[in-house]
Amino acid sequence: MNNDKVIQVESLTKMFGDFIAVNDITFDVNKGEIFGFLGANGAGKTTAMKMLIGISKPTFGKAHVAGFDVFTDAENIKKNIGYMSQKFALYDDLTVKENITFFGGIYGLSRKRIKEKANTLIEELGLGNVANQLVGSLPLGWKQKLSFSVSLIHDPKIVFLDEPTGGVDPITRRQFWELIYKAANQGTTIFVTTHYMDEAEYCDRVSIMVNGKIEALDTPKKLKEQFKAANMNDVFLKLARG
Amino acid sequence: MLPIIFVLPLLQLIILSNAATFEVKNIKFGYIDNDQSSTSRALIEKFNASTYFDVLTDFSSEAFSNAAMLKGEVDVVVEIPRYFERDLQKEKHINLGVTINAIDGAAAGVENVYITQIVQDFNQHLKVDLMQISDKQVQPINIETIPLFWYNETLNYKTFMVPGILVLLVTMITLFLSGMNIVREKEIGTLEQINVTPIKKSQFIIGKLFPFWVIGMGLLTIGLIIAKIIFDVPMVGSLALMYFYTSIYILVILGIGLFISNFTDTQQQAMFIAWFFMVIFILMSGLFTPIESMPKWAQIITEFNPIKYFVEVMRMVMLKGSGFMDILPQLLKTLLYALVMNGLAVWSYKKTT
Ligand SMILES: Nc1ncnc2c1ncn2[C@@H]1O[C@H](COP(=O)(O)OP(=O)(O)OP(=O)(O)O)[C@@H](O)[C@H]1O
Ligand SMILES: [Mg+2]
Repeated sequence: MNNDKVIQVESLTKMFGDFIAVNDITFDVNKGEIFGFLGANGAGKTTAMKMLIGISKPTFGKAHVAGFDVFTDAENIKKNIGYMSQKFALYDDLTVKENITFFGGIYGLSRKRIKEKANTLIEELGLGNVANQLVGSLPLGWKQKLSFSVSLIHDPKIVFLDEPTGGVDPITRRQFWELIYKAANQGTTIFVTTHYMDEAEYCDRVSIMVNGKIEALDTPKKLKEQFKAANMNDVFLKLARG
Repeated sequence: MLPIIFVLPLLQLIILSNAATFEVKNIKFGYIDNDQSSTSRALIEKFNASTYFDVLTDFSSEAFSNAAMLKGEVDVVVEIPRYFERDLQKEKHINLGVTINAIDGAAAGVENVYITQIVQDFNQHLKVDLMQISDKQVQPINIETIPLFWYNETLNYKTFMVPGILVLLVTMITLFLSGMNIVREKEIGTLEQINVTPIKKSQFIIGKLFPFWVIGMGLLTIGLIIAKIIFDVPMVGSLALMYFYTSIYILVILGIGLFISNFTDTQQQAMFIAWFFMVIFILMSGLFTPIESMPKWAQIITEFNPIKYFVEVMRMVMLKGSGFMDILPQLLKTLLYALVMNGLAVWSYKKTT
């Protein structure tokens, strides 16, 4: 096992009945990398991600995440990863602080550590004024940032972000990517899906999924060369049109 | 889901129409025959011949019948006085002592009517018999029954209904809360967020159970206070025992709720299934209609009805003052039930799909 490869996927496949949602995908993700996982709606991004984070059993194939097998060691994977779902999934009826405390507790952080974490998180995100407000009352952009920070609360090796910037304004998106860079600089591997092609340019490497298959995988620069495109959006369109 | 929508109500219709009868049957009958005459035996034979009365127990003294009634082994005890036959022939007025367990007041009322009918019928025949022998006009002989309703002397409807309704409230609210809970988290997506954490299945289920358990105990407390203050229901037995039993009972209901929650995808589905069980549990609990009157197969079903045990224990402890040993059978069955249901709840909670 190569220690620099924190995610190793081989022929991973997921079927729902006859329908092949993820079709025989193979790729690696290096430690500390920002890995963009692109694809149109319904390409199979979320489905693939759910197999990697151990909440969905692959139909076949192999996958190791943080050195653990997704088939046999899903609970160990969970200790080493953070996950931010496509759908906002913190508790709307708890306050910002309570959500942080709750998830910190589940990950087994000490009370003291949770308190420290809560304070730094709230300060970094500028949520000081709303720390005791119910999360449900916050604007989507703030919720997304909070959700991202909570997914990092236990200092995971890898964090999986499923369309973290879906539906938020460009300024918030920008701030969000600053948070992502900060986490990456601290050595966290980032596995991120997105619909925004400008965001793809921020990634170290991107894969592009079409109908359950990975059709291209490289650095944004090389992909643009390969497809003779001016930007990632053109790359994506060329691929999607086949 | 579609088959469930049709199958469950049909099942209810079939089971409940057969089981939930207001007729009181299979009454556990006992007697103390102080006379040991052919007339007293004829009277007992009358009871024996009746389809309503069951299991004739011959008690040698009141001490034995009292003990049996406390344990619930007998519903009705008729005491035939000494010189019953002799006094009858002397055309005296005779009082027949009847003791009825009135923990279930509705059944007790019906039982009293049955007994009175049998005794009146016996009176008529006696008159006819005597007339045939002597062929002369005799005064109507009168055996009068003097009923004594135990544990609920005035057959106060509230005394026996309030503990039962309290049981229903505690059960309904804890079942619905727990039944909706995990499904709701599935719907809003927080369950997925929980499933990507390294939380253990048992930790998750215990975390889910605990708040509802507290709510259930709180409901019991409020209910008991209302029963005492507003309805003046006697609290003969030990409160501590009541709470101890309830603390285990609620675990059964919560286990069922969480189990339902794990098997359904939407709150509607969970609600539907929880209602199905609730209606069956309530109508087959012995609260409104006596279990003894149900057909054999229905009685077997009631063995799996947690509400039945709770109603029994509640009435036994509150109205009779039953102690730990008296409710031990119910307690053990409830405990077993709690273990099984919560085991199933943990098992059916899947972190991976
Ligand atoms: N539980 C399921 N049962 C059946 N089909 C499913 C299930 N989950 C996903 N699918 C199907 O698998 C395909 C891939 O879905 P997935 O959610 O992985 O796409 P995605 O790339 O994440 O799309 P989006 O960008 O819209 O989030 C879709 O056609 C979807 O309808
Ligand atoms: Mg998706």
